[in-house]
Amino acid sequence: MPKVMKKVKHITINADLCNGCRACEVICSLWHASPRYSSNNPARSRIRIVREPLRDIYLPVYAGEYTAAECTGRDTYIIDGKKYDECDFCRASCPSRDLFKEPDSGLPLKCDMCEDDPALEKPKCVEWCLADALIYEEREEEVEEGEPNPPDIEVGVESLIDKHGLQKVLDTIARMTKS
Amino acid sequence: MRYAETGFDLEVDLSRGSIDRVETDPEMTKLHLGGLGTSARILWDRVPADAEPFSDENLLIFSTGLLCGTAAPGCNRTIVTTFSPQTRLMAYSMMGGFWAPELKHAGYDKVILRGRSPDLVYLWINNDKVEIRDASHLRGKGAIETAECLRQELKEPNAQVAAIGLAGENRVFYASIEQGRSSASRGGIGAVMGDKGLKAIVVRGTKDVNVARPAEFMDLCKGVLDYIKFREDHPIPGVPAILAVLGSPQEMKIVDEEWHTTSFMWGNARTRRRDFWTHEIEEKWRKTQEDVRTRLISCYNCPMKCGATISVPGQPTYMMKCYSKLTYTMAAYSDLEFGFKIAQRATEYGVDGFSTPQVMAFALELLEAGILTDADFPGMPADVEGRFFWLLDRIVRREGIGDLLADGTYWAAKRIGKGAEKFDHNTIKKQEQLPLKLGMLNPVYYLMYSTGEKINITQIEGQFPQAPFPTMEEREAFVKDWFQVPDDKFKQYLLDWEPRGENSNPLYPSVQASCDIVDWQEKMHYIDDALGTCAGLSSFPLKPPYHIHNFPGFVSAGTGIDFDEASLWKAATRNRTLLRAINVRRGMRRADDKPPEDHWKKRFPDLEKKLLNEYYKMKGFDGNGIPTKESLLDLELDCVAEDLEQRGIIGQANAAGQKTSAGEEPEGKEVLSHA
Repeated sequence: MPKVMKKVKHITINADLCNGCRACEVICSLWHASPRYSSNNPARSRIRIVREPLRDIYLPVYAGEYTAAECTGRDTYIIDGKKYDECDFCRASCPSRDLFKEPDSGLPLKCDMCEDDPALEKPKCVEWCLADALIYEEREEEVEEGEPNPPDIEVGVESLIDKHGLQKVLDTIARMTKS
Repeated sequence: MRYAETGFDLEVDLSRGSIDRVETDPEMTKLHLGGLGTSARILWDRVPADAEPFSDENLLIFSTGLLCGTAAPGCNRTIVTTFSPQTRLMAYSMMGGFWAPELKHAGYDKVILRGRSPDLVYLWINNDKVEIRDASHLRGKGAIETAECLRQELKEPNAQVAAIGLAGENRVFYASIEQGRSSASRGGIGAVMGDKGLKAIVVRGTKDVNVARPAEFMDLCKGVLDYIKFREDHPIPGVPAILAVLGSPQEMKIVDEEWHTTSFMWGNARTRRRDFWTHEIEEKWRKTQEDVRTRLISCYNCPMKCGATISVPGQPTYMMKCYSKLTYTMAAYSDLEFGFKIAQRATEYGVDGFSTPQVMAFALELLEAGILTDADFPGMPADVEGRFFWLLDRIVRREGIGDLLADGTYWAAKRIGKGAEKFDHNTIKKQEQLPLKLGMLNPVYYLMYSTGEKINITQIEGQFPQAPFPTMEEREAFVKDWFQVPDDKFKQYLLDWEPRGENSNPLYPSVQASCDIVDWQEKMHYIDDALGTCAGLSSFPLKPPYHIHNFPGFVSAGTGIDFDEASLWKAATRNRTLLRAINVRRGMRRADDKPPEDHWKKRFPDLEKKLLNEYYKMKGFDGNGIPTKESLLDLELDCVAEDLEQRGIIGQANAAGQKTSAGEEPEGKEVLSHA
């Protein structure tokens, strides 16, 4: 694959500074609502705080790739005397949990860094985190030129196919387009 | 479609075990906004005037504020209303945290509980699925422990839990409802929850909360966030550290407690220790606080960090909010380390951090005075810290002397007799108050203490400085960017207010100015308590990001129901008047509107009478503190006017044979609600 320079958007999470207010979840769901800002629902957010106050666990996690299958990783990490599941750090929208899925359709959610035209100065969650737990950086990186990311709808259809089988999805679409 | 609110309440009858999802009347939103306002309306409409607080008839309402669950920063308050076993009047207590937005996301504005369950139960609200479940395995468990158990049992780490501890189960008159990070503590609402046989309400919601005009609403939110950042960089000069910034008093962050420890009273609101705060104490307390404080924490969608996670070695971790770190410390004449230790147990038991320490200090005072004897305290340790733990354990179990003390100082003193009543000197309407005893009467505070329906000074004060600035330069600097005032006359009131001389307390602010200032301050609290905005970003601190000029936009863009400043002000007036009517119907009168007995050394009966008369007049109350028919009709509270008229409380000749007009005190006649 040929290599090209590409602007990479990156968010560093300083979990030590998170106060668990969930403003990031709020603004994420609002930004992605249609029409924009019309509804709030942290369950639709593409960032979630794994939050266990009594164990002092405050871990913002961004929605990453959709995965059709569960992984086998069930390791436990102890960091600073606090016990984390491997799942706590995982960004995948995966069958073993309800994180990063639309609550009504079950379709996967993924962080898009609030891509917009014109581009935002920084993603909304970073802007709304007054605790500075989220730090936004842009950097030029040499990456392999690959296929562009599939559009949202493709990811959605793919997950529907995984769930119901290709034939059933096709039948349903055929039936719906007929009427 | 309803905006900002869901338009549905959950009606639960614990006697019958029935659960109904009921659509609410949008007209009520127009009249009362939501939260405290609409809850008060339900209490007025549905609870008989003579209902006992511990009865099937009494309702316990958990309400969200109108804007909870929207993007509005810090709009996360749960407002709990019922009738108090302690004051026997309407009680409302609020908590921040995460519970109210979760309830909105589950699809409800309120949970209205009636009846009483024969067995201990909890309510599990999971979006459309709502169940009453057995809680016998949780009996006696701590409030925080209960929340953890339930989250694990239901496998719902993201569920929010409001629970009572042992104090609520045993109907201690100042039992709280705890929610981990926050609690609704005042008025004994936890005791009513216990009486209803309800250990906890667990909520999980994953639905949308919509607003009517999103772009406009978001611009307002952005304005609030920007101003919060501005205020963080610009603390107010010339006021104590904890009053200079936004949020509820930043007790978890700030170590400097000179103001509280030297101005507030120790023991049972007894002793002022002007020289207490020294460099050595500051260093010791700093170490204590920094050692146990794991992290500063926030409520839902709020950048302030008013709470903290506290881990005292050898004790379970808990979360603390503002002032309770000092209430036990000061009541016991002890130190901060003790304060953090006992607060852990008190939080699990679920008791109010104001009342509890004072009741225990009161008990020890009675022992010292010989009114109670050693025989009343069998096995109590000799050291004061040990005694506080010992008393706390007995109060929440209602064991021995604890049973008397569990009713609070007023009722305990009455039952103990032998002069114990004299030691009940820091209550208003039978409820313990902030431990403050001051010199010169402050007319603004006189009115707020006397008339506040919340019976809690921190829930009525705010906005206007507590004391005059010494120099004109400071005053001018303060008013320069004071855009939150509803009217420029407030700037003049502050400019003219001097620490000494003619323009100082008690004669200045003047009677009229005092009424204006109180009216503004209490109005802002009524708006907050209806919308669910945290007072810490609004009605409590100086120069807050929410104020009368941006609230109408929030409500209009949020709900789609248009409000301007005048109509929002009127809705707040309506709610304030309705609360007064509810309490008046239960017997409250002018004679009950008074501050704690010796709150000020220097009192001015004539001036106080004038202040109260003028305040009543401004509020549309008659000389007895009863809303007049005209004012009720003007506020579209016709049904309230009609009811009070039928009962002979308004509109008819009073006992002296004369009608009292607004603001005039009836001659010589005092009507007492004291049973």
